[in-house]
Amino acid sequence: MNLPIALQALKVNKLRSALTMLGIIIGVAAVIIMIAVGSGAQARVKEQIAGLGSNLMILWPGSVTTAGVRGGTGTAQTLVEEDAWAVMRELPEIQVAAPTQRGSGQIVWGNTNWLAAIVGATPEYFEARDWLLVSGRMFEVGELSSAGKVAIIGQTVARELFGDADPIDQIIRVRGVPFTVIGLLEKKGQSMMGQDQDDLVVLPLSTARNKIFGALPGRIGRVSSIFIKARDGVDMKEAEEKVQDLLRQRHRLGLNTPDDFSLRNLTEILQAQEAASKVMAILLAAVASVSLLVGGIGIMNIMLVSVTERTREIGLRLAVGARGQDILSQFLVEAITLSTIGGVLGILLGGFGTWLVAELAEWRVELSILSIILAVGFSAVIGIFFGFYPARKAAAMQPIQALRYE
Amino acid sequence: MALIQTHQLVKTYGVGEQIVHALDGVSIDIDEGEFVAIVGASGSGKSTFMNMIGCLDKPSSGTYHLAGEDVESMDDDALANLRNRRIGFVFQQFNLLPRTSAIENVALPLLYAREGDLAGLTKAQRDEHAKFRLEQVGLGERLLNTPAQLSGGQQQRVAIARALVNDPNLILADEPTGALDSKTSAEVMHLLTELNQQGMTVVVVTHEPDVAAYANRTITFKDGKVISDVAKENARNITTDPATGVA
Repeated sequence: MNLPIALQALKVNKLRSALTMLGIIIGVAAVIIMIAVGSGAQARVKEQIAGLGSNLMILWPGSVTTAGVRGGTGTAQTLVEEDAWAVMRELPEIQVAAPTQRGSGQIVWGNTNWLAAIVGATPEYFEARDWLLVSGRMFEVGELSSAGKVAIIGQTVARELFGDADPIDQIIRVRGVPFTVIGLLEKKGQSMMGQDQDDLVVLPLSTARNKIFGALPGRIGRVSSIFIKARDGVDMKEAEEKVQDLLRQRHRLGLNTPDDFSLRNLTEILQAQEAASKVMAILLAAVASVSLLVGGIGIMNIMLVSVTERTREIGLRLAVGARGQDILSQFLVEAITLSTIGGVLGILLGGFGTWLVAELAEWRVELSILSIILAVGFSAVIGIFFGFYPARKAAAMQPIQALRYE
Repeated sequence: MALIQTHQLVKTYGVGEQIVHALDGVSIDIDEGEFVAIVGASGSGKSTFMNMIGCLDKPSSGTYHLAGEDVESMDDDALANLRNRRIGFVFQQFNLLPRTSAIENVALPLLYAREGDLAGLTKAQRDEHAKFRLEQVGLGERLLNTPAQLSGGQQQRVAIARALVNDPNLILADEPTGALDSKTSAEVMHLLTELNQQGMTVVVVTHEPDVAAYANRTITFKDGKVISDVAKENARNITTDPATGVA
């Protein structure tokens, strides 16, 4: 019986109903959008970590000091292929270590050419970086040991040289040397430094060393970096120390001699970035909470005012025979109806706003069910409480007091 | 048996240290079919008395029987039922729901009817009753108008239709002409007189002698006490109702 009474009352007071709902709508929508943006940013950073390869560290040669002039990282030629194999063999914490020789050069196919990074590597490289082939095959043992002239290319190189054509089995020239393309890597995207990781050609390490970078000076078997991936669940700090100890041993460094290599834990950098984005997400959630709170206060105000304003109406209803419980259930149904409609509209607006942010700003967003429940629940509780509480007060009055209320 | 029987009704309000006796031992009987005017200066206790007999407020002491029922012993819900079944109210400020059509305003008490023939009516039935009452007060053409679209006199007639819709034993009118000009006041008083002539008990609280003149009995209050209670034979002869043109 009280449902039609309540709906009638809402219909009669359209403006007041709309204003009450507006508070709920804005509160709910703001929370949904902000939390979606915040968790979207977090998810993006997490993806970057996954893209880099998790538990990854990179070993670079140290610097040389010539006549007091110190070169930068990588100027020394202290790392050799055997260092990688020793790390893998002797440290159980390490899943894989991949020696690589890096450079760059002009790549030519038919009448097009492109300058790309050239990486000499072994299949461990792909394992360390969690990088899969989308077509073709991996290097074979024979090609690795006898400097086979085969290449695996990244997506950017494939696009620049071949366009839409299938690169597999095509012959490309790397610094003038012909190679058969045997594999195409999946897209990796940008590194966290904004570098295009797909702009590369991977050759067998032996081939790169003998046929491409052969003219460079240095020790036999030298490499420019070693990618090291620790096993899942291993403490990265500990693994780092063990690698460092082993390398110092292998390079016969005395107690007071500084490292002739540098070891960088990339996960740490990303973790820092993740922490930063988490802070941002928390910040956004805080802002959202404030808007929810402000929305809640708006709901509270309009509910308090409208119910107080309607005390005479309550008095009249009591005079013509309404019981206290009739009044209460009427106002409860009104408050619930407003909160529900406002909540649903808020979800729709929040969803639309989130979509708009994703479309226009091209930000990664993630709708969270929890935030929706939280936002709607909070507004509903406030709306219902402050619709109900003053109505209860008014319904408990003697009818004449309510009727005479100014 | 009298419709209204009060015995030694007392109502006190505490204002700071001072205790104000709004009603100070009022014993009055009103029979069915009477047309009573309650008069007195403001603060005399006449409105308080009306609130008591309308069950809108509770006396501090004394007894009150309405149609034989002991009002004293009732809880708030029972009082709500009693008001709904027995009493129709007409207020000075009309107290119509704003932005709500005349017919819905009149049907309002039916929404709260829980006992008797009028309980549990469908919307169509409620509207039928409301329409009948609006026609009775001469507003058959104004069913869908909201209060803002009606004149003061018309609004008060809607309020009277609302008071009638539950088929009450008693109409209580608190300064029913207080917000009206003299012409529409006369219309409203004619309407009440007409209802009384059809058998309805009518109690009007007023401070205007003109209005009191319509009643058959005038009870005068002063300082919370009844100072005079005068019955009048054939108070005013009504020939034609100026509002409806019906004798």
